[in-house]
Parts: sequence; C-alpha cells; structure tokens
Amino acid sequence: MDLSFSAEDNAFREEVRSYLAENLPKRISDAVRNGGEQTKEMAEEWHAILNAKGWLATTWGVEFGGPGWTPVQKHIFEEECCRAYAPRIVPFGLNMLGPVLQAFGSKEQQDYYLPRILDGTDWWCQGYSEPGAGSDLASLKTRAVREGDEYVINGQKTWTTLGQHANKIFCLCRTDTEVKQQEGISFILVDLDTPGIEMRPIRLIEGGHEVNEVFFTDVRVPVANLVGEENKGWTIAKFLLTHERTGIAGVGFSMQSLEEVKALARKIRRNGRPLIEDPLFAARIAQAEIDLEAMKITNLRMLFKAQQQGAPGPETSILKIKGTVIHQELKDLARRALGPVAAPFPGAMTDGNIMFGPEGTANNAARYFNNRKTSIFGGSNEIQRNILTKTMLEL
Amino acid sequence: MDFNLTEDRRMLQDSLTRYLGDKYPVDHRNKVAYELPCHDPAKWGEMAELGTLFALAPEDAGGFGGTGFDLMVVFEALGRALNPEPMLGAAMASRLLTKAGADQEALLSGATKYAVAVGEVEAPYELDEIASTAMAKGDGHVLSGRKSSVYGGQAADVILVAAMLDGKPAVFEVQASDAQIAGYPMMDGGGAAEVLLDDTPAKLLIADATEALNDALNAGALALCAEAVGVMEVTHAITLDYLRTRKQFGVPIGKFQVLQHRAVDMLTEIEQSRSITIKAASELDGPEAARFVSMAKNLIGRAARLVAEEAIQMHGGIAMTWEYPVSHYAKRLVMLDAQLGDTDYHLSRVIAGLKAA
Repeated sequence: MDLSFSAEDNAFREEVRSYLAENLPKRISDAVRNGGEQTKEMAEEWHAILNAKGWLATTWGVEFGGPGWTPVQKHIFEEECCRAYAPRIVPFGLNMLGPVLQAFGSKEQQDYYLPRILDGTDWWCQGYSEPGAGSDLASLKTRAVREGDEYVINGQKTWTTLGQHANKIFCLCRTDTEVKQQEGISFILVDLDTPGIEMRPIRLIEGGHEVNEVFFTDVRVPVANLVGEENKGWTIAKFLLTHERTGIAGVGFSMQSLEEVKALARKIRRNGRPLIEDPLFAARIAQAEIDLEAMKITNLRMLFKAQQQGAPGPETSILKIKGTVIHQELKDLARRALGPVAAPFPGAMTDGNIMFGPEGTANNAARYFNNRKTSIFGGSNEIQRNILTKTMLEL
Repeated sequence: MDFNLTEDRRMLQDSLTRYLGDKYPVDHRNKVAYELPCHDPAKWGEMAELGTLFALAPEDAGGFGGTGFDLMVVFEALGRALNPEPMLGAAMASRLLTKAGADQEALLSGATKYAVAVGEVEAPYELDEIASTAMAKGDGHVLSGRKSSVYGGQAADVILVAAMLDGKPAVFEVQASDAQIAGYPMMDGGGAAEVLLDDTPAKLLIADATEALNDALNAGALALCAEAVGVMEVTHAITLDYLRTRKQFGVPIGKFQVLQHRAVDMLTEIEQSRSITIKAASELDGPEAARFVSMAKNLIGRAARLVAEEAIQMHGGIAMTWEYPVSHYAKRLVMLDAQLGDTDYHLSRVIAGLKAA
C-alpha cells in the first residue's frame, strides 16, 4: 500500500506543469476561469497547441498518434490541465470516435478520419439520444434504410453538444426493425453538409447554446460510412460509453471548484466576518472537501485497478455518481457564497462598468444550473445505479 | 502507487480473518460481548499468538508493524467479525509506550492488557479540558479525578491515564488493581469502564504528553475507521444476501429498483469510507495526521449510520431481532461514532483547518 506517485510520474507531472505554464495562453485560461461559454476558436487554438506537442489524443494508441500514456499519466495530465484552467478537450472526435475507429473502423476509415481529427479539419458531434430514446437508448428510432450503395436516413437526434461547430456527426441508426432492439442498430458517419439535415439550437436552462437537435430527412450517406458491421452498432455504443468514462469522476474539476469556493468565502463577508468563518457555511465546505478527498483516493484506486487489469471495470459507475454529486454541491456552494450577487444574468451588470460581487464571478449561477446536466448525461446516475446493481451487487 | 497489501500484511489479514471466522463466530461473540468482562482470555491469547498485537508496534519497539496500514489490516479484520476484545486500548497504549520509549513486550505478547484513559464525563474528546490532576508524592505521583468511557478498562491490567501535571497533560501508568474501576458492557457489545482515581499511585510515563496523546487518539480513531469499514462490508453483504433470497409479492425483494438503488448507495459510501481510511492510514505518521484522521472519522460517521439504518430498514422486522446478526453489526456501526470524537467533533476540527489555511 503506497499512495505516493513514482519518481517517473512526478517528473511527468513537472513536465506537464511547466509545459502548460509556457504554452497555455493566459487569454484562454482567463476565459476558462471566468466560467463563461467557451468559443470554437478557443477550443481549436488549444487543440492545435496540444497537437503540436503530441498531447492531444491522450486515449489513442501510439500507432495512431497517441502519446502512449499509462492511465496514471492520463490522470496526472487531466489534473494538471484543470489546475492550469486549460479548456476541456472537446471529446467527440478525440476521445469517442477516435478510439471507436481504432477498434472497429476499416483501414481506409482510420487513414482518412484520424488525421483529420488530430489536425482539426473535422469537428465531430454525437448523434445518440433521441426525443424518445434517452436512458433507454436502444429504443432509438432514427432509420437508415439501405438503397444500393447508400443509406437513406430519416429521424431526429437531440442533445447534440456543440453540434453548431461541427461538420460531421456519428449516429446510431436502426437498420433492422425485425430483431431484438439491440441487434438492429448500426454506427454510421454522416457529413453535416449532406442535403436533408437541419440543426436547430436548444437554449438551455441558464440561457446558453450548448446543445442542438438534428433532423434527418431522406439523408443519403455512402454505405462506406458504416463503421464495423451492419447491425453491430450497439457493441460500439457500449464500447464508446466506457471511453466516455475516463476521467468521469471529474476530480480535477472539483478540486478547481473547491479552490474557487474557498477563495470566494474568504473574500465575501457575512455577519461581519469572512464567510469562511461562518460555522454553517464552513461546515458545508468542509464536508464537500472531505467527500472530495475520499473521491480522489477512490479514483486512484480504480485507476490502479484499471492499470493492473488493462481496462476500467463496472465499478467506475461509482465515480460517475459520486463525482458528479460532489461537483454539483461545490457549484451550489459557489452560488450560495455570492448570495444575491449571483442573480444578474452574466454580463448584464457590466454595462457602464457597474459591477457588483467579486471580479470573475459573474457566471456562478449559470454554472450551477448548467452543471445539473452532469448527473443526467453519459448515462444518468440512475442508469449507473442500474449498472452497478447488475454488475457489482448481482441482484 | 500501489493499493495492494504487502505480503506480510496480507498473510496477517488472512490468518486473523480465518481464525476469527472459525473460532470467534458471531454467536460466540454475542456470549462474550454483552457480559463482563466482555473478554475471552483463551481467545485473546490465541489472537496474540497469531501476531495481532505485534502488528501494532514498529520494529524498534519490539513489534513488526506499527504503521497506519498495519492498524488498518488488524482492525478491519476485527470489524468483519464484530470482535469485542480490548484491542483498541492495546493499539493506543502501544503508541504511547512507543513514544515514551518504554518496554512493551508484555503488551505485544498479550500477557498484559492495557487500556488508555483520556476522556472525562465533561470532556469526552478534548485534551485541553482534562480535569484529573497529578501530584508528586514520594518517589512517584498520585492521581485524582474520574476518567470516563475507558474502552477495555473493564478487563485491563494496566491503565495509561492522562492527567494534568504542572498545567500540561501528562501520561501515567496506573495498575488497575490500585484504582476503583466500574466496568460495564456497552449497547453494541464490548466493554468499557469508569475509572475513579483518588490519590491513586501512578508512575509517570510522559510528562509533556500533548503530542503523544494526540498521536494515540489519531491512531485510535483510525483503528475505529478501519473497524467500521469491515463492519460495513459485512453488513452490506448480509443485506445483499437477504435481498436475493427474501421473497415478497412473488419475487425476491432485490428485484425492486427502490431497494437496488439504495443498496448501490450503501456500496458507494463504503468505497468512499475505505478510500478515506486508506488516506488517513497513509498520513498517520505525517504532519497532517489529525486533519486526515478527522476527515476519515467524519465521513465514516455519516456512512456507518447510513449503512446501519438502511440495512435494518431493507431487512425489515428480522433485523430488529437479537437473534439476527445484522442487529449487532448495525449497533456497532452507530455506536462507534461516539468513540474518540463523533462526526460533528471531527468536522469542527476540519473546519478549524479551513480558517488557518
């Protein structure tokens, strides 16, 4: 039993830290720290910087241009990126489709698409959820009917994150309606320029535009865009969900949020003293910090197990459940710390240089509301409990 | 980074777990745990022969362990079997004897049973509220006062007592036969004692003992956390078994999602409990021991109560009976919170660290 990182891992952490200090533009880290919406240009700029270093596709095999990191190194990299307020890597091409193509794609698909993901030629988005298929994803209805060398796609996808920036979408489509739900699904790549596709923004609870709905009307796609075998898309979907799970505990982001809450609570005064000395508020912070401290070790334990076994196990659902709840609690504390000052719409009170509340806190209420999504997406926390019931509890 | 136990510790864990499973099962435990002296001398001797006590002290003090992880292995195994023997007192006393540089062969061999008396009725957890006093007399000292909730005190041969000497807490060795001891079994099994001191002869062990006492209290709290992890895991396992076998409305009740999700939440909190205990164990001999031990005791106080209450609720009436083991596991989980600082006490210590930061 030894919780310390190896000398190699510590050296790696130093290398990442100094690289970030030198190469992450302050303009970008300031924008991340401020917590507002992040622009497409910012993401592309940061991706290009990491790509030049060979650190962009952290989940890819070395043969495809990945850095060949161990799970522990990936974890250290993520932690340091959070610490430096680097933007999140946009995951759809890099952490989702990339690994899928490497595991299931043809040589032609790998040769064509993977370099375009790395150099930013393609921005992918995810066509999974539908209005009638959320947690019950396998009930999806978007149809792909084969006609000669083409699939003709009809249906609707939703919750398509950052689809407004994308030029391509990977979709789960129903290619056989006669068999068991899971056995009639295919994984198909679609160019968003194809006639018949319409993308509409969905305005979210805090007012932001992050997700979209995508309508498909007689969209014709070459059969060559099928990944893996026809009707075997569910296998890919499940594979992809496990990849979505790396870093799922969000420990780095919660550590970031905890520091923000503490900094706020030291600045803000309540009852004639710093808020952090208010017994009730201090108790809330302390309890969240304790839960996060435990979460860090739970995360490392599962990382260690994944490193030993070669793959993360079903118990990572615990990370999703507890990690999102802790992060949401911290976002709530930030909002509460500000009190009434959290109320104005972001930007609304900066006109004419009238600001109230500490600098850089304008987006706290928005972040709180936006982060309610984390216990819903990527398999809701209730779905995670179903998974754990089957796999760990064997009930 | 390595979350596996060393070979030595794994062997100790295996042999102690096997011994307790075979020779100290819950029905025997229940016979011992609720009646004075809450102690089975023959079994205690056999547990000592396995090396259980030697694992509590470092090599230079005559043992072969003494780290936080050694404590964790021993007490988790004790917890799994709900063992009532006075091992907590031995663990804390060993820390004090090691700090004092005193010989502890008699403790480690199991020949002499020790208890540690710090808390008092008006100040169950705090060192700076100790009212018991020491006075020099002849070659030694005499102590006066009342020490409360002395775990293992009902069976101890020697009690290490914290009392004020020249305005500072000091540690004294008191022969149990010299003090007035009122032993009692506890609600959750195992024994404790009220120790009355009235010009009781005592041998000074550590004069300025704040640091040593804090270390012993940290080690004791860590031991309780590890014990709780063991108790929680068994409680959860028994509950899952019950969910698989108990049928209502024609199906095993484990098929009901409302119970499934609650059983998952128990699992999540148990994993978190294990994690924070590992963290506290790794920090026990470091400068931030108090902070991480308090984090652990706080989290485990919350988790243990959840696991206990959910286990009872999900079982239904059967867990309300003395006959069924879960009732005893649940009692231990709830009651150990009040030992060596409860959830709120340890939260307040973490909060104190927030302000200083």
